[in-house]
Amino acid sequence: MIQLEDLTKTFGAANRLVVAADRINMTVPSGEICVLLGPSGCGKTTTLKMVNRLVRPTSGRILINGEDTSGLDDIALRRQIGYVIQQIGLFPNMTVEENICVVPRMLGWDAGRAKARAAELIDLVGLDPHQFLRRYPKELSGGQQQRIGVIRALAADPPVMLMDEPFGAIDPINREIIQNEFLKMQAELKKTIMFVSHDIDEAVKMADKIAIFRGGRIEQYDTPDRILARPANDFVANFVGADRTLKRLRLIDARQVAQDAPALPAETAPQEAARLALAAGAPVVVVVDAARRPVGYVPAEALAGARGTLSGLAQPMPVTMPAQCDLRAVVSEMFTHDMRWLACTDAEGRFAGIVTQRAVTAALSEAAPAVAAQ
Amino acid sequence: MELIWFAVGNRDAIAGMALEHITIVGVAVGLAILTGVPLGIAITQNRRIADVVLYAASIIVTVPSIALFGLMIPILSTIGHGIGWLPAVIAILLYSQLPIVRNTYTAITNVDPALREAARGMGMTPLQRMWRVELPIAVPVIMAGVRTAVVMNIGVAAIAAYIGAGGLGVLISRGISQTDPRQLIIGALAVSLLAIVADRALYRVQKLLTPAGL
Repeated sequence: MIQLEDLTKTFGAANRLVVAADRINMTVPSGEICVLLGPSGCGKTTTLKMVNRLVRPTSGRILINGEDTSGLDDIALRRQIGYVIQQIGLFPNMTVEENICVVPRMLGWDAGRAKARAAELIDLVGLDPHQFLRRYPKELSGGQQQRIGVIRALAADPPVMLMDEPFGAIDPINREIIQNEFLKMQAELKKTIMFVSHDIDEAVKMADKIAIFRGGRIEQYDTPDRILARPANDFVANFVGADRTLKRLRLIDARQVAQDAPALPAETAPQEAARLALAAGAPVVVVVDAARRPVGYVPAEALAGARGTLSGLAQPMPVTMPAQCDLRAVVSEMFTHDMRWLACTDAEGRFAGIVTQRAVTAALSEAAPAVAAQ
Repeated sequence: MELIWFAVGNRDAIAGMALEHITIVGVAVGLAILTGVPLGIAITQNRRIADVVLYAASIIVTVPSIALFGLMIPILSTIGHGIGWLPAVIAILLYSQLPIVRNTYTAITNVDPALREAARGMGMTPLQRMWRVELPIAVPVIMAGVRTAVVMNIGVAAIAAYIGAGGLGVLISRGISQTDPRQLIIGALAVSLLAIVADRALYRVQKLLTPAGL
């Protein structure tokens, strides 16, 4: 847990005082990612750097896991906080392994333990230890360098990490991949993370909570969904963008709004199908094969008075979506195929329900769940 | 042809002078590294002091060597070394400060600020940052300064023959005073050759000292 209490930083002399951070109060609960978001010069980076004292606070307190950090000297404090920067900052004169081992070695780990840790971490980001540990930073691609930058910060297993636009210098495709990798790692490691970004999409994707900064103050500190659904003021609303409702689609999984629909073999009689569709309140029945994979559909209104079996009425299924994907992808496919609903499948490709446009709009209009103010 | 016979006939004497020459420059530049590199690092802490030091080092280089030797005669006479080996070494030590201090200063200040920030943020002490990050990265540029100092001062050391320091300059000064073009030309060629060989050799050393990842 990171707690900032009345944290203030002013630069310059008394007559021309610049307040970079103005009585910042916030708590980042253990195991959560808090994204500090705002335009340049809003104080987000200053606030981050006060935590590891690369910027010395003018006043206020910082507590890590309940302990006031002012009792620690700078060096000891920094060695127990992971630090990742946008420019990565891998030391070019050291191999990847030496880079990763810097903090563990400074903390007095023996060489064998530090090396074992380096191999374990590099494996965690999907790079082959034999191939990569002995390389020099210049022999890595930008994405690989940034992965090493992240695991270097994780090397001594610090409870707290500070990340200053860590994925800002990576091309959009690789950024997406690394963000996903990082979230997967975080799900296991549960570090307490402060993360500076100026990109609302990145913030929505990465954050458990977002703090929106302006002029050295926090304008709003809340969950991504609440920030998007209920911006506290015009500044926040403008900053998150006019399409903030669409951005919320990313925060909801298809399975959260999926509803049941009859999934029937092709030889079912239309009358039976109509009865089941009515009972389920579904606009369609989905035709499935023997493995329950969706292969076609029949709109409910086409069932009335029809004869024979569903196979005669069914239209081929244009597209299905995995149930764990977010609503943004689902809606995109709906528009692409001009559908008012889409079938979802589980990991094995079996039918797992349908998402209707009405369910999507209902989810968006739902009041975002209230969060106790920090 | 005559020149070659002269050089072959006097090869032992020439080799001895070359060795003297190398010793003067080697000792002086060696000492200059020991003083100039720490000085170059120290002045990175304060911009104003750095300007003063680099300015002073530049002024030293503008003093003609023959004048510098003349200036040192009365000073060093008080300890009985007004002429000879010692003033030659001191002069070269002073001349070497500019390339070595300036290159060290430039190399350290040019280290990518991101590396410095990463090192600081990871909890390296200032000394660790210097030894493990800044100096290794600065080595090629510092070594380039050393090479400049050596090449430049092999020429200066030739003039030191006039204050009795020995070295290949003896051939040149004798060639002039005896109007013997053979000695003059062989001396000049030997000095040039020594400068080229020294520069190539130090380039090899520079490659060896440069960390593999750079």
